[in-house]
Amino acid sequence: MSRMHRNGPIALLFHTLVVGFVLAPLVVICLVAFTPANTLTLPTTQVSLRWFAAVFEHPDFVASFLNSLWVAAIAATIAVVLAVAAGLALDRYDFRGRAALNALFLSPLMIPHLVLGVALLRLFALLGATGSLVWLTAGHIVVVAPYVLRLVLAALSGLDRSAEQAAVTLGASSWIVFRRITVPMILPGITGGWLLAFINSFDELTMSIFITSPATVTLPVRMYMYATESIDPMMAAVSALMIAVTAAAMLLLDRIFGLDKILVGQG
Amino acid sequence: MSSARAGTTPWLLAAPGALLFTALVLVPLVLTFVLSFHVYDTASGVKDETTLAHYATILTDSYFLNIFWRTLRLAALTTMLCATIGAPEAYILSRMGEPWRSIFLLAIIGPLLVSVVVRAFGWSMLLGPTGLVNEVFRALGLGTVKILYTETAIVIALVHVMLPFMVIPVWTSLQKLDPMVEAAAWTLGASRFTALRRVVLPQVTTGLLSGSLVVFGLSASAFAIPALLGGRRLKMAATLVYDEYMHELNWPLGAAIAILVLVINLVIMLAYQRVVEARARRTLG
Amino acid sequence: MGFLTLDGLTKRYGEAAAVSDVSLGVAKGEFISLLGPSGCGKTTTLQMIAGLVEPSAGRITLDGRDITHEKPDRRGLGIVFQSYALFPHMTVAQNVSFGLEMRKVPRAERDTRVKQALALVQLAALADRYPRQLSGGQRQRVAVARALVIDPPVLLLDEPLSNLDAKLREEMQFELRGIQRRVGTTTIMVTHDQSEALSMSDRVVVMEQGRIMQVDAPYRLYESPATPFISTFVGKMNRLPGVWRQGGIEAGGRLLPCDGAGLAEGAAAVLAIRPEKIGLTAPGGGVIDGCIKARFFLGSAWFFTVETSAGLVGVSLPNAGAEPACEGEAVGLAWSSASAKAGRPEGVLSA
Repeated sequence: MSRMHRNGPIALLFHTLVVGFVLAPLVVICLVAFTPANTLTLPTTQVSLRWFAAVFEHPDFVASFLNSLWVAAIAATIAVVLAVAAGLALDRYDFRGRAALNALFLSPLMIPHLVLGVALLRLFALLGATGSLVWLTAGHIVVVAPYVLRLVLAALSGLDRSAEQAAVTLGASSWIVFRRITVPMILPGITGGWLLAFINSFDELTMSIFITSPATVTLPVRMYMYATESIDPMMAAVSALMIAVTAAAMLLLDRIFGLDKILVGQG
Repeated sequence: MSSARAGTTPWLLAAPGALLFTALVLVPLVLTFVLSFHVYDTASGVKDETTLAHYATILTDSYFLNIFWRTLRLAALTTMLCATIGAPEAYILSRMGEPWRSIFLLAIIGPLLVSVVVRAFGWSMLLGPTGLVNEVFRALGLGTVKILYTETAIVIALVHVMLPFMVIPVWTSLQKLDPMVEAAAWTLGASRFTALRRVVLPQVTTGLLSGSLVVFGLSASAFAIPALLGGRRLKMAATLVYDEYMHELNWPLGAAIAILVLVINLVIMLAYQRVVEARARRTLG
Repeated sequence: MGFLTLDGLTKRYGEAAAVSDVSLGVAKGEFISLLGPSGCGKTTTLQMIAGLVEPSAGRITLDGRDITHEKPDRRGLGIVFQSYALFPHMTVAQNVSFGLEMRKVPRAERDTRVKQALALVQLAALADRYPRQLSGGQRQRVAVARALVIDPPVLLLDEPLSNLDAKLREEMQFELRGIQRRVGTTTIMVTHDQSEALSMSDRVVVMEQGRIMQVDAPYRLYESPATPFISTFVGKMNRLPGVWRQGGIEAGGRLLPCDGAGLAEGAAAVLAIRPEKIGLTAPGGGVIDGCIKARFFLGSAWFFTVETSAGLVGVSLPNAGAEPACEGEAVGLAWSSASAKAGRPEGVLSA
């Protein structure tokens, strides 16, 4: 950047305030989580891990955490498989109904999660499937698959098709080309898509709150219910753990794909 | 780009996804749409008779109209605040040198990936009667101010959650801008402010507009923020639907509200696509 | 009948024909260039030979076997793509080995053949690098090794040097030709660069608008271009319009000596002569006088544009070590009548 493109002092002050505003709630959570007190106060004299310990002694939270982990991992994995297959169809072929399929696959991005939640609740109630972890996971697949699809489509369109042609002329069958050439070449898109799907599923509240039952409550839903009833530092400890998990996944995403590229696609 | 030999291959590839999406998106939406016309009776639940009463109730009862009005008002306020904070911030970010630019971009859009419940909880700690904000007010001799469970709290947290959705599109359109264009305006005699207003701003308006539409749509259907920071009495459309489904058990009425929220969202998203397409047309010539 | 034969090969996209009625016989071990401007159909022709594009009509035979409709993975041809199309996630050795794996060649033999192929292109030391760690020239060699290791009957090169910078391009021209000589593989190269085509090939096929215009050895192509287009596309050519008189063309008030078989006395004609066939003399000492308008130093040669009564004439002289005539100087232009040819304005220059 040249000298004349530097930000002035007013701009930097504004920037500091914005960054402070964005990070404040997260920083406060991480600090309060270490309080030794019984109330939501900042630790002033000493830090304590007692509230983190309390989380792990709380069977509901542990169960919900495991539910979320399971749902997010399975949903992300199946979403990747579906999105790669659908992405190949949408990128490589020109066929009737292509635009309609594309719209169908991306539609969950345009439908508020609230509406998806009540809609799935109605379906599951009619099927007698409320309280099923499998159906909950299916709902999550639908919500996260569009993110994967967008990354897979971007990766496919950026792919140098002549590498695939080269493999064909060297004698590779279409399955071998897919497995040995195409998949490795779009692997960053696939991995980034999986992680983004995992995070989105792991964090999902608004749809899940309608379609979970006491046995299938996910972590965000558990936290929501806990926060509406009682507020103690354990909530801060759980939140701090979630921030830590998310930050780890985020750094991984940034390494693999460049976080700005992924998130720019999310807006 | 694509090989022409279509045949059945693309359908076989897309079929598993298409089936799942039809079963779990289209079918449930249709079911909910139908449900919104069913009669509801507190004693016997959902009946097989159809009625327009739920829509009539929502569109005439002042209780519902108030909530819709609040939803639109707060969503609009959030959008305006996001634009006035997010657009300058994206511009400042774009003028930073590496590595600061990447670090701060990550700091600003990264929280997008942190669960909304966590962020709402953070704000409830900051804004509560014993929270950090009130500590500062007391230290300044302003006394305790009730912020939590007011519209102010909802708007602050909504702006916090939605800000990345404004920064990202503006940032994207700034990325496409040749940095020398602004310098060219200076060499032609434009002041910094004039260059910003006449050269930079016109080129980011599409980003600003598409960001505004996304922020408005997401704010108007937000659930966790009003639920956790608005308390029991300050309802918005999404918390209203939740109440009708989970507490009143009046599913048909809840379905009717949800359908209205969906329609408003789809209108906004269609407008969004028009904006994107118009931009594509303009850049193509 | 050649080793590889194209017979009436045609490719239509809707109404438009990208390639029309291309027939060509290629002898075993021959190096052939398909030369032409972009959009002339040369790449489509190559892709049809490779099997990547389905011909609309015509036949391709290889060593007597009809391969017109054979799948590309069954043809066994070696192809070097313009972008090289290396597999980015595989090392140099893995890239080269891929085709052998597809042929189920046993491990030990694979390793020796990969080593030999890499030695052939002088890359033995970089076997474990990834493509992104290589320079443009090195990537190109990998692509050549990958195509040659499978012992293809025919090697197809699609603009193989277009992504290299000028200096490297010249080096690789000689090297590629050297490798081809050593291995003896029948080779077809697509290029839009006339100097590449002239320096590397046994025969050059000039294409324009989907059709073959001329097939000839490089020297013959240069000396006897079949059309005005080829004469200016391959090398530089002065073209001076005038009227045919016995023994030369009358232009600018002078009779310019040239070869003009079959032209009628008094017919409109164009004199064609290459810049390097013209010499500079003192004024009055040549066939026409003129004034030097501009002078360019090209290192190995000087290039002049000379204004004459017959029009602007380009003249190229080898750099003899002394400074030649300056801009503004009056000079005479001299040439032998055998080095200039006359033809009809839009017609064929020589039979």
